[in-house]
Order: sequence, then structure tokens, then C-alpha cells
Amino acid sequence: MTVINMREITYRQALNEALAEELERDPNVFLMGEEVAEYNGAYKVSQGLLERFGAKRIIDTPISENGFAGMGVGAAMVGLRPVIEFMTFSFSLVAFDQVVNNAPNMLTMSGGQFNIPITFRGPNGPAHQLGATHSHATECLYANVPGLKICTPATPRDAKGLLKTAIRDNNPVLVLESELLYSSKGMIEPVETELLIPLGEAEVKREGSDVTIICYAQTVSIALAAAQQLEDEGISADVIDLRSIKPLDEQAIYNSVAKTHRVVIVEQDRPFCGVGAEICYRIQKNIFDELDAPVLRVAQEDVPMPYNERLEQAILPNAEKLIAAVHKVCYA
Amino acid sequence: MEPAEQRDEVDMLWLMLLIRRFEERASQQYQAQKIGGFCHLYIGQEAVVVGAIAATRDDDYLITAYRDHAHALARGTTADACMAELYGKTTGCSRGLGGSMHYFDKAKHMYGGHAIVGAHVPVATGMAFASKYRSEDRVTLCFFGDGAINQGAFHEALNLAALYKLPVIFICENNLFAMGTSVERSTSLKQIVDRAEGYDIPGVIADGMNFRDVRDKLTEVVNSIRQDPHPAFVEVRTYRYRGHSMSDPASYRTKEQLEQFRMDDPITRLRAQLTREEKLTNEKFDELDKRAKKTALESVKFAEESDEPPLEALYDYIYAQ
Repeated sequence: MTVINMREITYRQALNEALAEELERDPNVFLMGEEVAEYNGAYKVSQGLLERFGAKRIIDTPISENGFAGMGVGAAMVGLRPVIEFMTFSFSLVAFDQVVNNAPNMLTMSGGQFNIPITFRGPNGPAHQLGATHSHATECLYANVPGLKICTPATPRDAKGLLKTAIRDNNPVLVLESELLYSSKGMIEPVETELLIPLGEAEVKREGSDVTIICYAQTVSIALAAAQQLEDEGISADVIDLRSIKPLDEQAIYNSVAKTHRVVIVEQDRPFCGVGAEICYRIQKNIFDELDAPVLRVAQEDVPMPYNERLEQAILPNAEKLIAAVHKVCYA
Repeated sequence: MEPAEQRDEVDMLWLMLLIRRFEERASQQYQAQKIGGFCHLYIGQEAVVVGAIAATRDDDYLITAYRDHAHALARGTTADACMAELYGKTTGCSRGLGGSMHYFDKAKHMYGGHAIVGAHVPVATGMAFASKYRSEDRVTLCFFGDGAINQGAFHEALNLAALYKLPVIFICENNLFAMGTSVERSTSLKQIVDRAEGYDIPGVIADGMNFRDVRDKLTEVVNSIRQDPHPAFVEVRTYRYRGHSMSDPASYRTKEQLEQFRMDDPITRLRAQLTREEKLTNEKFDELDKRAKKTALESVKFAEESDEPPLEALYDYIYAQ
């Protein structure tokens, strides 16, 4: 990433650039969802796209997630490359049948005749005091489904590079963004540079030797903050940002664990059958001998999301909980 | 591409016969436990899909629900590929991975075979969206049963299709029963076609026991859509002679009702019309029927002699390259 002319943009701008570039590149790409056109996006990710690409390709829908997600599947069956925006992935639950049953099953069910090149994107995971219905971290629900791919960008650079890759992928890909990250800033290559980040490639955010911290999406900043504090105490953390949940970069995880022998997974979903549960299983199954301590997980508490701010903060993963878990695995 | 009105009626009668004889044979093989899973037969409803085929082009999109054998056969998928799919063989139209409810044939523009009631109605709407997006004059034929009209997906799709003026024909095959629940017990309207009015979509009723009525009503609808894209709704009144699936004795309806519809059989009717008009002889009909029976029987042989999909096929189609 030592490219000259790096510039700083927001996560929101990065997604907007990715959409604009892919719309420009391929006439089969279109964006459809609630408020994406005239309103410029509920979170302004699609700002300016209607003006630039017109109403044929930037399409406002009524509040009918099942309907327009299903339309995306149909359009993809006959060769278009839809980008379907869910105002939040909490609303994707209304379209669960299309995302889980139609999009990923079609290829197998048709004996290989119909692949579905579709991108479902939008914010995922808890934001701030939105209550139980609007705070779902859906990655663990969708990760259970063969045929789907899932990525969880944590930085503007990853947001742009992963979304562009998702749109070009010939399969259904879920790009799980984050409302809390939309205004965050980060360094990125100049506009002229084609930025594609492969699905299934984790990134080492910070090298360390004492403990591996596995994180993704909103928990990356928690992991980095915790790693900084741990360094002050003399504990050196290797921080791995998964970037994709499915496919999962297992090798990156094993490389780190072979070095540190201790692991804490910090995830934004709930603990029961959460993403960390699967990673934990794979680590103990594949490199059990490398472990010097049980793998620990920091996730949400297993409760519906409360509205009250103090209660909400209490159930979410944070640096303090993560540091406590690191202390445990390091017997510190 | 062949204009609709030139499709030969004797050819259409042949398709109806092929569908019927194929399904009678499938029913036997199911009872002999050669076929697994669910198996929903179309017998009695043949004039619906064949009437629609007669009104459209080969490159128009077609998508349907789980009672789908007839739709594939009518589109030209071979009886061999259809029977092999029921047997779960690799020569099946979905390579043995879809089964009775999930027939697909891309080359014939047959887009499934969808078994969650109502869930393919938005998918059909998206296919029509793609046609309009590319400024093609194709129509999408979306078949579903009377049970689908009470699903949310159906309502969302009709509103979207009307809003975006998409070239899709929603064809409700009203066979009076959603599994064992009659339309009167499931639907708050006297006439299903009135659903369309709620979305400002033009609605038409066709007699599903009469091939010519289905074809002519649909031809009018298709012509109108080709000139200016818009959705349409056609309620086709029909009847399935068999139960909902192979395990259903259909005790929720009367023998008299069944007999009444059988008296109005769509194959018998078209045969009589063609005979009266001297377009078909008894010899020709017998020959067609014999050929249909033979084709069905041969498809069983083909299916039985075909290979099972290899175990690796499990992983072949999860992700496309």
C-alpha cells in the first residue's frame, strides 16, 4: 500500500466510488432499493448516482424488500448484474426467502444452468440505540447458507475494493457495511487506480507475537484500540481483519495462531452459532497442537438489543472486554 | 421466430397428449417407488400452458411453480430429460439435483420450477425488468396457482410490475384448490381476477379447459404488451384431476365435481373441434396418442439406464467461476 498520491476519503465516499465505477464500466449493472435515487440514499451512499446514470439504472423502489430482492434474482437469471440495497440488513429479513432460498440455490438446483450474479449491500450490525428490530448482525445467519459469499469491509479502502469485486463476482455476494463506519475516514489509492480486493483474503492489521485477535467490520477498531493498550502493558497482539466471512481466509488465521499460540475472536454478532464459533471450531480441529490456551470469544450478549444506551453498551463487545479476554488467554 | 397464430393446432394437441401420457407414466413410476420426493401432476390442466405456448414465441421467458413438468415439456424439454430428472439422474433437465419441483432448461427459456409458493412471482418480475432494460420485446409468462395469490411476494411483485410497466403476464392457474383448501376458504374475493384491479393491471378470465380460449385471450394480451410494455393478469379456470400431490386422495372435493370437469376434458375438446373442422382424422389422433405413450415409455427406459450424478456433483455448482 505504499502508493504515492494516496488520499483520504470516507467509507461512504468509497462505496459511492465503487458503485459509480462499476456502473460506468458495465451497462448490465444497476442499483435498486429504497430511497437510492431521488433521496440519494438513506445514508447517502448513492449520492449523485441518479443524476449521473439516470432513472433507468438507479431505481427507487417501494418498501417491498421481498419484491425487489426477488426482482434482482430474476434480472440476474437473465444476465443483468443487480446491486440491491437494503436500507439495513435488518430489513433483509423480510426478503430472507429471496436471499437464502432463491439467490444461492438456483445454480445447484438447475444443475449448473443459472448462476446469480447479484450483490446485496447495506448497513449491518448494531448502530446506536436503534433497538432490537434495527440492530441485527446478520452475518452468522447468512454464513450458514452454501452459495452465498459474505464480506465485511472495515475501512474505506476495503469498502471500495470489496464492493467492486462483489459486483463483478458471478455469484450472490452480501456486502455487509456498517452505519457506524459510513463517516469514518481512511487512506486509499487515487481514483485512477483500479482497486479490487479479492473475497476471502484477510488482512494483518498489526503484527504481534503474543496473541492473535481476530476481528471484522465494526470490531476492527475495537481490536486495534485494545492492541494499543495491550502493547503498553507489554503484550504484543497480531490483529487479523477477516474482511470476508465467506470464503474464510483460514490460512491467515492459522499462520497467526502458529506464531502466537493464543487467540481471542471479537465479533459483532451474537455468541450462539456466531461467526466466532465456527472459527474457533476450525482452529481447534486443524491446529490444536499450536494452542497454549483455550480460544476465547467476545461477542454481543445473547439478548435482544435494548434501546437504553447504558444497557446497549453493556451488551456490545468493547476494548475492555477484549483486553480482559486477552489477559485470560495469556494468563496475564 | 414463428408468429403465434401460425402454431399448428395439431402440434399443440400433440403437446397436450405428450404431457398427459408422460404424467400418467410418471405417476405409475412414482407408485412403483422409482421416483422420490414430491410429485405434483398437471393432468387436466394441459390446455393452460399449451394455450400460452401457442400465443407466444420460443424466446419469451417462462417461469412457473412446482407443478412444472408440463411447462418444461410444452417448451420442448425432452420427455427423456424430464423423466430422468424425476429419477434423479445426471441426464435430467436439472442434472438430477432439482427434482420434480425444480425443472430448469436454459436453452428453452424455461426458468423453473419454483417450489416456495409465490416466491417466483418477484423473480418473474425481475426477468421482465431485464427485457425492458434491454429494450427487447419479449414477454415473461409467470404461472402460479390460486394458492399463490395470498402470499406477500405476489402482492409486492404485482405492484412493482405495474409501477415500472413491465412486460409480464401473471397467469393464475385457478384449479379451485390450494392443496386441500378451496378458493372460497382462502381468498376474500369472489373472483381471483379482481386482484389485478387493485394494482391497476388489466385482468382477463380464460377457460382453462378450452385450448382455443386460452390461446386467443393470451394472444390479445401478448400483442398489446409487445406494442407497449405493461403487466397483465389472466385468471385461467381449470381443474386438476389428481390430488395435490401423489399422496393426496383429494377427499376434500366431490366425485361429481371431478366428473363434471372430466366431461369437459381439454384434450377431448380440442380433438372434437379439429375433427369437426376436418383438420384431424381418428387415425391421426390414434397415431399421436400412440406416439405420446411410446415417448413416455421410452423416457422411463432412458431414465432407468442413465447414471446417478457422481458424488463430486455435490460441489460442482455451489459457486460459479
